[in-house]
Amino acid sequence: MTYTERLRNVSVLGAGGKMGSGIVLLTALEMCDLSQKAENRAQPFVLQAIDISHAALAGLMPYLQVQIQKVAEKNIVRLRQVYQDREDLIENSDIITQYIADVLNIVRPTTALEAAYESTMIFEAIVENIAVKTKVLSQINTNNLNSPWFFSNTSAIPIHELDEKAGLGGRILGFHFYNPPAVQKLVELISAKTTQSELLDFAGSYAKNLRKTMVPANDFAGFIGNGHFMRDFLYATSEIERLQAKATFAEAVYMINRVSQDFLLRPMGIFQLCDYVGLDVCQLILRVMSPYFSGENLHSPLLDELIAQGVRGGQFPDGSQKDGFFKYEKNRPSAIYDPKQKGYLSLADLQSRCDDSLGPLPTVFQPWKAVIALAAKDTFLQSYFSELQPLNTLGAQLAKAYGLRSREIGLQLLSQGVAQKENDVNAVLTTGFYHAYGPINNYFSEVSK
Amino acid sequence: MKKMRRKVFMTAGYNTISMGTGRKEFHPKKARPGLEEYIKEAGQGTLKMIGGAQAVDEGVIGNFMAARFNHQGNLAALIPTIDEGLRWKSCTRVEGACASGGLALLNGIKSVLAETAEVALTIGVEVQNTVKAVYGADILAGAGWYRGERKTGHAFFFPAKFSDRAGVYFEKFGRERTRRALARWYRNAIENARLCPSAQEYHNKSLDLEALAMSEPNPRSFVEHLNFYDCSKVSDGAAAIAIVSESGLKRIGCSTKEAVEVLGWAQVQADLTVPITEAFRLETTERAVQQALKMAGITSADLGTVEGHDCFTIAGIMSLEAIGLCKPGEGPDFVLAGNTSRQGSTPFNTSGGLIGWGHPTGATGVHQAVTIWEQLTGKAGDWKIDIASKRPYGLSVNMGGNDKTLVAIVYRQGQ
Ligand SMILES: NC(=O)c1ccc[n+]([C@@H]2O[C@H](COP(=O)([O-])OP(=O)(O)OC[C@H]3O[C@@H](n4cnc5c(N)ncnc54)[C@H](O)[C@@H]3O)[C@@H](O)[C@H]2O)c1
Repeated sequence: MTYTERLRNVSVLGAGGKMGSGIVLLTALEMCDLSQKAENRAQPFVLQAIDISHAALAGLMPYLQVQIQKVAEKNIVRLRQVYQDREDLIENSDIITQYIADVLNIVRPTTALEAAYESTMIFEAIVENIAVKTKVLSQINTNNLNSPWFFSNTSAIPIHELDEKAGLGGRILGFHFYNPPAVQKLVELISAKTTQSELLDFAGSYAKNLRKTMVPANDFAGFIGNGHFMRDFLYATSEIERLQAKATFAEAVYMINRVSQDFLLRPMGIFQLCDYVGLDVCQLILRVMSPYFSGENLHSPLLDELIAQGVRGGQFPDGSQKDGFFKYEKNRPSAIYDPKQKGYLSLADLQSRCDDSLGPLPTVFQPWKAVIALAAKDTFLQSYFSELQPLNTLGAQLAKAYGLRSREIGLQLLSQGVAQKENDVNAVLTTGFYHAYGPINNYFSEVSK
Repeated sequence: MKKMRRKVFMTAGYNTISMGTGRKEFHPKKARPGLEEYIKEAGQGTLKMIGGAQAVDEGVIGNFMAARFNHQGNLAALIPTIDEGLRWKSCTRVEGACASGGLALLNGIKSVLAETAEVALTIGVEVQNTVKAVYGADILAGAGWYRGERKTGHAFFFPAKFSDRAGVYFEKFGRERTRRALARWYRNAIENARLCPSAQEYHNKSLDLEALAMSEPNPRSFVEHLNFYDCSKVSDGAAAIAIVSESGLKRIGCSTKEAVEVLGWAQVQADLTVPITEAFRLETTERAVQQALKMAGITSADLGTVEGHDCFTIAGIMSLEAIGLCKPGEGPDFVLAGNTSRQGSTPFNTSGGLIGWGHPTGATGVHQAVTIWEQLTGKAGDWKIDIASKRPYGLSVNMGGNDKTLVAIVYRQGQ
């Protein structure tokens, strides 16, 4: 079966979800491009957008409409060529409208799982629950006579377990998009030992056509991205406890968050990132990972406590940030949650006190956004961290320890065999998490000597 | 040769800000002033300097495509919104693509010549940020021949037309030197705009402008031979000026020295449906300028400053040759030698031109006249240049479409 044939009939499971809707979008765009090639025009391309929730599906089509329009506007030069034989389509607006219709025409939203029985290609992005995933995949596999391929978006479940439990005979791999799939350049590719090699070839072409950067990770729970993120987060929570000897909970959260953002030149602080992903999602990922790393404590009592109090984070449907560790005003942190008082404490009341305790940033400091745009980024990073190195302020100490721990996690991913190369770890953090530099670096190494 | 049967002056020019990307106060998602506000601001700006609406006999407004950008036609009927005193007076809207402003000026001039008006309030306006650039390109393509050219045309229709011209010019006269001259043209434009608070690029802080402007074009997302810096931006704005006779000057209490006199003008029309054959030159521009210079009885060597129609940097370079400041193919050398900079022999586009000040299409022709008036009467602010007494003349060149509709006007300070 050729690449194109494989993509003639595709199902996306969890199509109304955060990840599923993005996967529908990218795949429908790719299918539409294929369908417009002269040799493919005769046969239909079908994408079954499957979700158990009507409510979730109701949001799918408007989302697609807006996103496809953006894509069409960006690619108008090429699209005018594609539609050059259509004499009725003259202005850019005519062509964009037609393209939106053509892409949407491929997508069939449905709540019926049976729709997947005819597909040759199945993307899975349903809840992160091994029992549910196994049940759904095996049901499709049993009823589908095409020996379909399964691409799972799981964040943490080992692919070989899904393969074995659902009896897929190696017709599965992990194709782990980052959120939101339409924007994030990175996908982690996870192949189980049993994964058939044809799937990998297809994944390579598919990722290339979607213009994604594909980084291979080995089949260990959490893979590279969450393997680093979760341990980074757990370290941050342990630092809160340590700091609480001389600071309140809210002050500690503020300081660690600021250190992990400003001092370490990251796009957002660790607790803000946790809010962004969702506290409940983080808890779920930890739960899935934990059993596979028996020597490690991958559990956060703090997360449990906050979630029990209804603090969850995540985004509203319009993309704005829900409250979590922080309360947000116009998507900026304005207050910090205190589990003892069960409420938010204004940032303004503690910010300047905490900033004083942390001490100043190195004089050459530039914010993350400026740093990633620098042509001479590496030179800047060298000079920034060599200025940070001798500083003895609280902020500098926390930052150096944090950077070292991040490095240690990166190296652990290598030694555990989750990642194959140092560069893969760094690529995931710089591409998927937009860090200005990878965790495996020499910026903090002098401390360890 | 045409002769002016009576003297015609322009005075009391007013420019609004040219609004769009680059201005600090611009945010694509925030509400902005519309046609009404721009017309009002510019019109009232001029009325204030001439003693109010009762001095005005007639109003003219130039606009290209409000019908599509703003879903608004019948623009002449917005002139009385400037001042109640303009109600029941004679008002006209004119359209000639990006030369709409120039056509408005000529209508004012002709009214004064015909003695149907002693004072004509002349306005140009365009509000284009109502749609994204990709749809704006459709609307602006209306300056080309829709039935004959649009389907086969590029997504970015006009940038591509001038990119094609640039390609032909490169081929004929050499790419490297021309490319550097385009970059210099960009730099001059931005440096001038930085002096003029109403310019769209007034806030531009880029360091190495020429290096920026040397960016390689990307035909996959834009056009083959031009980059974004070679193009004027999408702008909202208006400009107004009073066109008056000698008795009109008295009526509004303005001395001749505070006005510029129109010494020559030309309005030249090419056929929209006839393809361009010599893409390396601007034939219609050439005809218009030569006609206007002849009528004024001067040559291009007498020009102290020029407002050229640099909708694209390449159009700026080609216009030098059309004006006769240099030979065909020598435009790039002329620019690289610094002649068109504000310290040069013939300073061009001293408030930034279309690239630097902005290009609210229907307003551009009027904005050019306002800039010339400011320079020749010493009213320019920080963007003021020295006008040599031996070369006291100003020229404005306003082009509609792909060198199809041309207006050229020669000015001198009133004596
Ligand atoms: N959100 C992220 O940042 C992120 C990043 C990478 C990977 N992932 C993974 O992607 C998957 C989906 O996550 P999400 O964040 O999009 O969740 P989500 O809750 O937004 O979406 C899941 C969707 O699946 C639907 N669903 C649940 N059970 C189903 C079933 N049996 N059949 C059909 N549809 C069903 C739900 O109605 C929902 O619309 C998870 O495995 C998650 O770990 C998430």
